[in-house]
Amino acid sequence: MDLISLIIIFALSLFIGYEVITKVPPTLHTPLMSGSNAISGIVIVGAIIIASNANGLLSTILSVFAVILATINVVGGFMVTDRMLAMFKKSKSKE
Amino acid sequence: MLEISSNIENIFYLLSASLFIIGLKRLASPATARNGNRLASVGMLIAIIITILKYTNTNFEWIIIGFFIGGILGLVLSRYVQMTAMPQLVAVFNAFGGGASALVAIYQLMYSREPITGTFTLASIAFATVIGSLTFTGSFIAFGKLQGIVSTRPILLPLRNYLNLILLIAIIAFAIALSIPNISSINFLYILIGLSLIVGLLIVIPIGGADMPVVVALLNSYSGIAGAGAGFVLNNPVLIISGSLVGASGLILTRIMTKAMNRSLANVMLGGIGVEDGSTQSGSDENRPVKSLNTEDAAMILGYAESVIFVPGYGLAVAQAQHQINELANLLKDKGTNVKYAIHPVAGRMPGHMNVLLAEANVPYDELKDLDEINSEFDRTDVAVVVGANDVTNPTARTDSSSPIYGMPILNVDRAKSVIVLKRSMASGFAGVENELFFLEKTNMLFGDAKDSIEGMTREIRDLD
Repeated sequence: MDLISLIIIFALSLFIGYEVITKVPPTLHTPLMSGSNAISGIVIVGAIIIASNANGLLSTILSVFAVILATINVVGGFMVTDRMLAMFKKSKSKE
Repeated sequence: MLEISSNIENIFYLLSASLFIIGLKRLASPATARNGNRLASVGMLIAIIITILKYTNTNFEWIIIGFFIGGILGLVLSRYVQMTAMPQLVAVFNAFGGGASALVAIYQLMYSREPITGTFTLASIAFATVIGSLTFTGSFIAFGKLQGIVSTRPILLPLRNYLNLILLIAIIAFAIALSIPNISSINFLYILIGLSLIVGLLIVIPIGGADMPVVVALLNSYSGIAGAGAGFVLNNPVLIISGSLVGASGLILTRIMTKAMNRSLANVMLGGIGVEDGSTQSGSDENRPVKSLNTEDAAMILGYAESVIFVPGYGLAVAQAQHQINELANLLKDKGTNVKYAIHPVAGRMPGHMNVLLAEANVPYDELKDLDEINSEFDRTDVAVVVGANDVTNPTARTDSSSPIYGMPILNVDRAKSVIVLKRSMASGFAGVENELFFLEKTNMLFGDAKDSIEGMTREIRDLD
């Protein structure tokens, strides 16, 4: 993609992020943070791309290390968020 | 490796990004949030699969090993972390996210098949490396402070602001040098890595425990922004979209936190509250009288109240008393008492910390009220029970313009008909300010471990009938 398209994508994503995130209620701010940790684990895509190109020992170690870090974020982030969200319950009387 | 055109690849990335956005949108309500998180994880899976199909040729087994190690670690962390330790976990995740982004950028400059010559790509590499590296070390210091390994008191180096300024200028200079193709050198990258790792340490070290919600939110934002930077390095739109979503999220949370403390981000980051002006407040008499009571008296007051508001703070997390408080609340509810919880935005060590703790103890989320919702209700409430909260209940924030916390939005606990404060000792809060609430005629102090005190009250109330 050309540079200007990427910049446009970047700017519009910031606006979308702002609009969507401001609607998250304070009670869910911790799951929001752990969930966005998981989403920032998207750098796993970058890690996979560099690991696929690596062909020396050091470059392989470096890139696989990036894969490991990103995978921890993805797996840990989504799972801990799920674990937390499963605990949020409404009071029974009001249902 | 399959022949997948970049159009097809990008369509799948668009699908992933859409699922992330819908997932985040569903976080607008606790009722849909869990489903939203799952949608986002499906989006992640799609992005991972299309990337492997398109790019992975030789090192497939290494990537799988990476997935395996990271997956196990992620699984263990997410499964066994205690809810009270959630801020630590988020800090560690911030570190990993920033670290992975920095590694991707560093790798590209060191090992990319075609040498990188474009100014913009070089600048992106510098940007992702700097933000990612300082997020990495900064988050580990934040983790250490939250875990109690690193001192939670603000640690102030002499001349630290000059030092930071010099480092900042050096980073900008080397980043610019790296970005100019004619003079660009891999050595500039190594220098940038070193300087950024140091800056990460230096910016978090001076920040005290109660300011951690701001720091954790800010580092959360940085880890996203570093990811977006890595997206510019690799020309990858899904990284840019997701990174900026996370960046925006962290920035919004940071702003909510600083607003709730009535401080600017600069004020928090430059550190120092409770240091320059806190340690010994002039005019405050150490031995001012407070009224203290025992659990029996406290149970008496609670047992005959018609409405009770619990005000939890970090002390609740320290004492791990969330289950006990729910038990007490349920007992009171069974007796017909109206029970609510007042949650200050900066209560605890990260945004929403108290809400998660109480959710763990099965407190329904609709009983948790934030500042604006609850403040008008205190004057109609019989008893406010403060559990391990301090500065966020201090009425001087409303009245005394010389106080370091003046102007900070507080919970109007002092307007309840009577107040019970559960506290270990008379030590002042993080801001180093004496809490006038404790000296009010209507306030009773119940000293001791919060868990024991709450259990004691629960027992006594049972005995009342």
